[in-house]
Amino acid sequence: MAAETADWLGVPLAIIGGTLRGSAPFLFVSLGECLTEKSGKINLGLEGTLLTGAMSAYAVSYLTGSPWLGVLAAGVAGLCLGAIHAWLSQRSGVSDVAVGIAMIVFGSGIAFFFGKAFIQPQAPQLPIFEFGAWSNYPPLQSALQVSPLLLIGIAIAPIMQWFFKSTRWGLYVRAVGDSPSAARAMGISVFWVRFLAITIGSFLSAIGGACLSLYYPGIWSENISSGQGLMAVALVIFARWQPMQCLWAALLFGGAQAIGPALQSVGVTSFRYLFNASPYIFTLIIMIITCSPKRTLAGSPGALGTNE
Amino acid sequence: MKDEKPLYIPRRQVIRGIIASTAFGVTSQLWTGCTPTEPTTTTTGTTTTPPAPELNIGFIFVGPKDDFGYSQSHFQGQGVISQLAGVKTVDEANVPETATVQETMLSMINQNGASLLFPTSFGYFDPHILKIAKENPKVQFLHCGGLYKEGVHPPNVGSYYGYIDEAEYIAGIVAGLTTKSGKLGFVAAKPIPQVLRNINSFTLGARSVNPKATVQVIFTGDWSIPVKEAEATNSMVDQGVDVMTCHVDSPKVVIETAEKRKIFCTGYHVDQSKLAPNGFLTGSEWDWGTVYTQYVEQVKAGKTLADGGISHLVRGGLKEKFCKLSPYGTAVSDATKKVADGVLAKFMDGSMIIYAGEIKDNTGKVVVTKDKKLKQTDPTLEKMDWLVEGVVGKIG
Amino acid sequence: MNVLTSWRSLSEKIAIPIAALILSLILFGLFCALNGTNPFAVYGVIYQSAFGSAFSWQGTLVRAAPLMLTALCTALPARLGLVVIGNEGALVMGGIGAIAAGLAFSSLPPLVVQIAMAIAAIILGGIWIMGVGALKYYRGVNETISSLLMNYIAIAILNTLVEGPMRDPSSLNKPSTYPLLEVNWLQSIPGSRVHFGLIYGLIACVIAYFLIQRTTFGFGVRTAGGNIRAAKIAGLPVGKLTLAVCFLAGSCAGLAGMVEVAAIHHRANASLNTGYGYSGILVAFVARNNPLASVLVAILLGGLLASGSGLQRSLGLNDASVLVFQGIVFLVILFSESMYGKLDFFKDRQVPPKITPSTQPIA
Repeated sequence: MAAETADWLGVPLAIIGGTLRGSAPFLFVSLGECLTEKSGKINLGLEGTLLTGAMSAYAVSYLTGSPWLGVLAAGVAGLCLGAIHAWLSQRSGVSDVAVGIAMIVFGSGIAFFFGKAFIQPQAPQLPIFEFGAWSNYPPLQSALQVSPLLLIGIAIAPIMQWFFKSTRWGLYVRAVGDSPSAARAMGISVFWVRFLAITIGSFLSAIGGACLSLYYPGIWSENISSGQGLMAVALVIFARWQPMQCLWAALLFGGAQAIGPALQSVGVTSFRYLFNASPYIFTLIIMIITCSPKRTLAGSPGALGTNE
Repeated sequence: MKDEKPLYIPRRQVIRGIIASTAFGVTSQLWTGCTPTEPTTTTTGTTTTPPAPELNIGFIFVGPKDDFGYSQSHFQGQGVISQLAGVKTVDEANVPETATVQETMLSMINQNGASLLFPTSFGYFDPHILKIAKENPKVQFLHCGGLYKEGVHPPNVGSYYGYIDEAEYIAGIVAGLTTKSGKLGFVAAKPIPQVLRNINSFTLGARSVNPKATVQVIFTGDWSIPVKEAEATNSMVDQGVDVMTCHVDSPKVVIETAEKRKIFCTGYHVDQSKLAPNGFLTGSEWDWGTVYTQYVEQVKAGKTLADGGISHLVRGGLKEKFCKLSPYGTAVSDATKKVADGVLAKFMDGSMIIYAGEIKDNTGKVVVTKDKKLKQTDPTLEKMDWLVEGVVGKIG
Repeated sequence: MNVLTSWRSLSEKIAIPIAALILSLILFGLFCALNGTNPFAVYGVIYQSAFGSAFSWQGTLVRAAPLMLTALCTALPARLGLVVIGNEGALVMGGIGAIAAGLAFSSLPPLVVQIAMAIAAIILGGIWIMGVGALKYYRGVNETISSLLMNYIAIAILNTLVEGPMRDPSSLNKPSTYPLLEVNWLQSIPGSRVHFGLIYGLIACVIAYFLIQRTTFGFGVRTAGGNIRAAKIAGLPVGKLTLAVCFLAGSCAGLAGMVEVAAIHHRANASLNTGYGYSGILVAFVARNNPLASVLVAILLGGLLASGSGLQRSLGLNDASVLVFQGIVFLVILFSESMYGKLDFFKDRQVPPKITPSTQPIA
């Protein structure tokens, strides 16, 4: 019967839809973190940046009526928070992990404090491309609804890969990340390259937040982030600091998020908490399989984790 | 090598500085006394004696006050009673269900002089309220949703709750008559009795007018996870559901997602019609203002929980105005309105029984036998652990 | 060390943190002023709510107690050079172990039950983080990421158990395990409302300090943390050290979970997922992984959280203002750590060598 086939077709469609919907924030945050970590510094504070970006995007979209201005506002908020992190974590004797954790608290505080007034109102959402308009089947239509931000993110990934491989500035970033003393010997200003990398990385992450509040789920609420900022740090390591692999990993995570509810909707109801934790379990298993103690993770920037 | 002179601070200045900061520290004690009093609250020292006619009431919310959901419904109730003469309210939001809420309650009692507390989240009851109530017998604690047991719980504790499932029943009727696919969807947080009762009442209402209707339920696992709630809504719509409802702390996500997918929805906790101008049918709302006003009047009249003047277990439904139905949306047809209003009238005159047997659960077992009519106040309903026939989904 | 000649560098350790606190108060006051609240009123409320009376002090200590234990879960592996943020997961697992033991042995004398609960919590929490250490040592998996993922997995396990096999059927609207018998509850320190978890935390921090600073085990840990290759060449059993330190770290957080179960909730349910773990990470980092400093920082954070409650009730500031305050305080403290050794005021003055007439003749 059409109803039953529709049921079972529903699960893969829901996962495809969930992938396209949910991977955008992961993508932006992981690309931003990738840039930051290539320069040798970890930014754990992206969770706070994500929230502040989501809040400012929603607020500005509501106040001005233009969602794209909201996206821009989110980016600016990300720049500000990134600048604080970049300046503070590069001072001698300060650990970037510690600053990142303090920034999570600070960023969340700012986002929630100013966001109180915006929980109730509805802000104009970003337009959506209907890639499924050719079909008469509503679930397929909705699964293929894609946000322009996701397309922008997908475009940034190969550009960033090319940036690191083939441009002079990409070389500077990698040099600063692998061996700061060699970079200094080359005459590169380690401080400014890292500053720019961290700030621009934060800009991208804040736009990831804008995806959450202006696209999917399309609201502002204090629980809107389910740890995406922190997961992005895992994503980057999982993707071996390669932007294209960040793209695939982000898509994987976005899809994994949709598994729990999709399975419940066709009747697989036990162990729902474990299904909901599937992105985390996946990552752990894949990391266990692919890592090895014999060599440091290939591709890991040399200065990452030290205080150089 | 630097040639500048190192910073030289004369001893005299150091001593002056120390004296100045000590003076600051000492006088700051005076400042706290001179803190300007804000219009709604007073800050004083460790013990307070508020002027006699003033009633200091404390509210504690587990979430943000304006979440378009549970905490907001209580906050609205607080707004109603803070307008009453001689009543001052103080509140804290986002208080988790840990030792923190105990500290909050104690601070409200000691620093704000509260004599009546409304900790509004279910999880505050055991052990937090019970512990603080035992230690503060002069303060009264009114908890939302708890099941007070005479002799087991301290005498200065009471509980209240509304039979919002009556409104859910009518919402189910409207949904059942408006659906075209016959599939209704319910996004629920956790499979606890209060939630199951809403699901079952909604389903019974829908099937009373549309016997082929089914209600699909997805449990997200927590009271507020916007991403999972949106995913659940989307996957159910993909399965053909065309009326959504929910029982989560903040229904905003579900309602807005349903509106984006161009299907119908019914609301919960507060009036969400603004969020879904096209698809909103009706909704079940709390009216805590009524409940709170009743309590305040009883307290002002000198009644207390401990002497039995105030009832320990307060329940009420549509008739007692503990809850109400949201105004009908534009999508509701006149014929549907007539049927729904008819049932509403039956609730209002007390003749409506939702759980009248025979009722089977969705595994085929009989849970309410024939000839049995369970009134809303029946305590077995507060222990509900089954899903009625017509619900697609499992509890565990 | 001659205090008279080196008072400057000694006072640096006190003056810089105090200056950091004052600067953060000023910044927060500015933030409040820009939002229309009188900053001096804010300072008054902060002082009152955190340290202004015996009542407030106890509130601060109640909030600080779990943080001392969870901070050790990050501070101990950090000495080995590992960044572990799995405190929340270890706390939850410890709580599960504690309630399981507490219910299984409930007929035995209370002291035995409490010891059993503590041991179960220590073992479960310790194994949880030891797993993180093992993954790092044997498979090279980054410990920060794996401990973070284990947090989420632990919370999923807690929810599954509490709503499934361990559920108490009478815990209707809040799925929980069966409650502990009242005699087995962890009591409050007599005369106050702070429970014994505070004592556990203090003892644990002191033991941790001596372990790391004064024992050969601790010396081995610090050496491996400084330069792992040198440690291996010196023959230190780095693998065993990693596993041992991670077990100890997890056991501290597990003990915090036991305290939550035995003193506050008396059962295990979803409220065990409190966020104390993440606050513990912050405490450890700000205290620069020094267990004794963790005690002070935990009290500071407890005071901050207590003041947040007061700010909401007395001044109508919303509940996020305490997060902003915390963020400002910790950012400024981290900034101040970069000032050690930079300010000339704190550099000990060189006593110029005396030139006596009877020095070398000009050759």
